[in-house]
Amino acid sequence: MYCETNGNSVAEVSLELVTKARSLANQLKVQVEGILIGNDLKGLEKQLYAHGAQVVHKAEDKRLEFYQTLPHTSIVCRIMEAEQPQIGIFGATTVGRDLAPRVASKLKSGLTADCTSLEIGEHYEKKTDTKYENLLYQIRPAFGGNIVATIINPDTRPQLATVREGVMKREELDTPLKGKTKNWNVEEIAGKDDFVVEIIDRQVEEKKVNIKGAQIIVAGGYGVGSRENFEHLFKLADVLGAEVGGTRAAVDAGYIDHDRQIGQTGVTVRPKLYIACGISGQIQHRAGMMESSMIISINTDPNAPINSIADYVITGDFSEVVPKLIKYYKKNSK
Amino acid sequence: MKSLKIIVLAKQVPDTRNVGKDAMKADGTVNRAALEAIFNPEDLNALEQALSIKDMVPGSEVSLLTMGPGRAAEIIREGFYRGADDGVLLTDRKFAGSDTLATSYAIATAIGKMEYDIVVAGRQAIDGDTAQVGPQVAEKLNIPQVTYVENIEKIDAKSMTIRRRLDNGFEIVKTPFPVLLTVHSSAPDCRPRIAKNVMKYKHARTLTELQDASEDYTRMFQDRPYLKIREMGVDDIGADNEALGLSGSPTKVKKIENVVFKAKEAKVISADDKEIEDLIVELIENHTIG
Repeated sequence: MYCETNGNSVAEVSLELVTKARSLANQLKVQVEGILIGNDLKGLEKQLYAHGAQVVHKAEDKRLEFYQTLPHTSIVCRIMEAEQPQIGIFGATTVGRDLAPRVASKLKSGLTADCTSLEIGEHYEKKTDTKYENLLYQIRPAFGGNIVATIINPDTRPQLATVREGVMKREELDTPLKGKTKNWNVEEIAGKDDFVVEIIDRQVEEKKVNIKGAQIIVAGGYGVGSRENFEHLFKLADVLGAEVGGTRAAVDAGYIDHDRQIGQTGVTVRPKLYIACGISGQIQHRAGMMESSMIISINTDPNAPINSIADYVITGDFSEVVPKLIKYYKKNSK
Repeated sequence: MKSLKIIVLAKQVPDTRNVGKDAMKADGTVNRAALEAIFNPEDLNALEQALSIKDMVPGSEVSLLTMGPGRAAEIIREGFYRGADDGVLLTDRKFAGSDTLATSYAIATAIGKMEYDIVVAGRQAIDGDTAQVGPQVAEKLNIPQVTYVENIEKIDAKSMTIRRRLDNGFEIVKTPFPVLLTVHSSAPDCRPRIAKNVMKYKHARTLTELQDASEDYTRMFQDRPYLKIREMGVDDIGADNEALGLSGSPTKVKKIENVVFKAKEAKVISADDKEIEDLIVELIENHTIG
């Protein structure tokens, strides 16, 4: 498990993946070990123990304040070569998607990008009459979300995968493990040449919008028609304590900001309730929200593709329906 | 300053963004044959970055490298139309079935036969969305990579200063040459075709294309050598057969499921006040809202 950090905490996605790794490790009867790389990592390993990591490999160096491809590749490869894990998992983030392919190339092992599910299973290879047990099934959407592929690496180790944020559930253990920390000397495992690329400036805004963590999402598509019309959605979200999201088409049209984009190229969400307004439901969008517990679709087109995955379909114009939802919610809620 | 040699990695892909009704089969799955073959969108962003480096450092040369079947020569022509100086089609049956590791091995081996200071690729191709080949080629060439490039801020004799996109912001990095860049879709769009280049290169062909069309190519290539699109195969790049195709690919596809529109029973209601109030009451009662 390669664990990302952001400032003073382990990244949410890495905690989600440690949780998942725990259940895979249980099935395989092996350990979960995390890799933490940074400058001053303080007690971050405790967060990993709390989610199920038994061992945390730490590599600290003042030059590693921020992520850099080359030193992280060297460090991860060295640790993996020494520890020989069966499976290596990374978040499918800007960091993980930069690092994992480089690591896979160096270790000459197979990597599957952007998995949405991981399972353990077996495989029989007809050509060589070989039976494989306990393989990692790496499951991912492909071809623009139109197919779902199960990928395996029968012969190379580690079996490497990046996993999308938000698709696995994060769960702390009732009692944290009493884990072990192993410290690695960065001078020894990363060369001078690994620092040839220099970070000159870095500007990162705090994430203001948190649609990933929202229990209820009111989302709009191109059918909403304008930035002003999105105000209806914000009002409903305000009343319900929800967040507002949008499809790629709505974002591209400038109706709503990019950080609210839901779908294959945006974030994946699985709220308790998803209210889709004027969303036709292209597969790329559905891929990012179809695991919502309940979906309400409001659309003038009774045959909109999204209706096929909805629990409730309200046939009508959202600009008429949304104010009614607000009105009757106010009337009936205590 | 000294001019630079730039290689752009481009891929021909089926246009998965526009899976319209006519591309859906009766069983709800995608009919790939009905999808148009296009220049991978982020590879066009990459081509633009390469051409803008050429603008900044006059005398630099932009070569396109694409790996694919014979028809991918179309990508090279498109590159010529927009201002590329040269193009190579990496094509061989032995490449079939390559995963990203085997693909990056083939591409890196081909690049090893060419001169370069900068390799530029799109972040990812829309048919696979893996974003793996760029970094893997960089690793195999043993050069640094800068991913998610949005803009090249400055170039001097020894280094390049680049803005790269992060999740919630950006980073400015300085890298020496040679380097591999992958370009993000938020980078500038590619400049359009240049009419003069379209006239000049519209008959550019690979040898295989001409042989297939049974055209007399010897004279044409003699008179106008720039119309010959170079093809390279396994023997030309000196690649190891074992590291290519299925045998060079550690990942195997175990199963493919088409995503089918599953009709789940939806409760359909109208925009009528009574029906909406009933729904709200139901949602409050089952604790979905409130």
